[in-house]
Amino acid sequence: MDIAAIFRAESGRSTATLVRLFGDIDIAEEAVQDAFTIALERWPSGGLPPNPGAWITTTARNRAIDRLRRESSRHDRHAQAVLLRPELHDAGHDPAGPAGPVTDDRLRLIFTCCHPALAPAARIALTLRLLGGLQTPEIARAFLVSEATMAARLTRAKKKIAAARIPYRVPGAAELPDRLPPVLTVVYLIFNEGHTASEGDDLTRPDLSAEAIRLARLLADLMPDEPEVLGLLALLLLTESRRAARTDAGGRLVLLPDQDRGRWDRALIAEGQALVRACLRRNRPGPYQIQAAISAVHSDAPTAAGTDWDQILALYDQLLAVAPTPVVALNRAVALAEVRGPAAALAEVDALDLDGYHPFHAARADLLRRLGRHAESAAAYDRARGLATNAAERRFLEARAAAEMLADPEHNR
Amino acid sequence: MTQYLMSVWMVEGTEPYASPEEMEQAFKDVEAFNEDLKASGHWVFAGGLHPATTATVVRAGESGEVITTDGPFAETKEQLGGFWVIAAADLDEALALAARATAACKAPVEVRPFQDEPAA
Repeated sequence: MDIAAIFRAESGRSTATLVRLFGDIDIAEEAVQDAFTIALERWPSGGLPPNPGAWITTTARNRAIDRLRRESSRHDRHAQAVLLRPELHDAGHDPAGPAGPVTDDRLRLIFTCCHPALAPAARIALTLRLLGGLQTPEIARAFLVSEATMAARLTRAKKKIAAARIPYRVPGAAELPDRLPPVLTVVYLIFNEGHTASEGDDLTRPDLSAEAIRLARLLADLMPDEPEVLGLLALLLLTESRRAARTDAGGRLVLLPDQDRGRWDRALIAEGQALVRACLRRNRPGPYQIQAAISAVHSDAPTAAGTDWDQILALYDQLLAVAPTPVVALNRAVALAEVRGPAAALAEVDALDLDGYHPFHAARADLLRRLGRHAESAAAYDRARGLATNAAERRFLEARAAAEMLADPEHNR
Repeated sequence: MTQYLMSVWMVEGTEPYASPEEMEQAFKDVEAFNEDLKASGHWVFAGGLHPATTATVVRAGESGEVITTDGPFAETKEQLGGFWVIAAADLDEALALAARATAACKAPVEVRPFQDEPAA
């Protein structure tokens, strides 16, 4: 019995319910931790309770009340105030009861964790800690900061939530357009960190990607009428479907055109494509939905040569209209190269101000390579390698730079 | 209800208003906003300050003597220009008021919670 895994899967809901009941994140976290300790003692011999999630919530709630009673006897005014909360004395209230989609405590909690008044790095850490059930050392490792730094970041964010009274509720329809994007960004960034680890030797950190997909599924379950939520889930599933094909047996990076499409995960593709179709029917496009649609077109192609680049370019035009950023323009130029050739694409790429962004130099290098300008290509690959922080990516770019150097006629003279 | 300080930040040496008309308009907008705060029950106190060049710092020296120096305390270009103290249910309510405050006074507004809850 993997108690830690069961616990992690269930603890987000329990923590969220306890935050609502006690109005205090620290009390909720401590109580859920207490329940985990009790589970470790009891479950191996007594067996798994019929509903582990409900058991954790009830056990944690009782432990929190016990703990507060002990503390309030020491004249702790805060503990006394918490014990007087009406939510704790509502006889008809079952703390572990099924929560409907509208009232799910986890949805409230994710909006608290991703509040725009919190620093972006703190939003990610809080979401992983409170909803993902990750321990502070795990989050610290995932983002390559020391445990002390991550603990301090979490403590500071929790103190701000309490002191500044960041509310614990799902924003109303009028606020949602401002408040949903930061939530989606947090899930997307967690996925991206898992997809291409910003540092370290391995290209990916599958555990973070899996956690992001779990969070995206949760959001899609709880907010099924928000097309961008479905679009985000679709984008993550379609990207994840190619994970196994992104590296070869030696851990080397394999680009999309060179991937063995037989290694793509068909079940994830089918799920992602069904979501894209569901989004299209709603006809309320947004950046995540359009990116998912682009990914779905790639998934449809039996071979790299069979890719429908006209459709991809049209989708990038649409994406650029709703998200006019240089990075989107760069990705659009890569599609343009397939439709109108590398020279037209290079002209657009050269007009972009993305000097510090390694994919810019990698894309330029590839276009220069296709135009036979090998020396310039080698220099651009080298520039990209200097800026990339992931070791697998750096090795790939270094090999490309070396190959271009050899292809340069001047070099061979 | 929690009380929040909404402080207005000015950059010394720069004029926040493009023209006298714009300044006049900002004063009018702030006045109207203050009336709204009073009507909605969010108002506690507010005021505008003279420039930081008029500030004086007083502190205790090592042997307990009082040292008075020409201020301000923080030698930065960004200085407090004025403030509101408001009462709000939570940060979202305070931030919504701050959005109206910054639109009225045309300067950045920092929102910070007070430590103690107001006496009931």
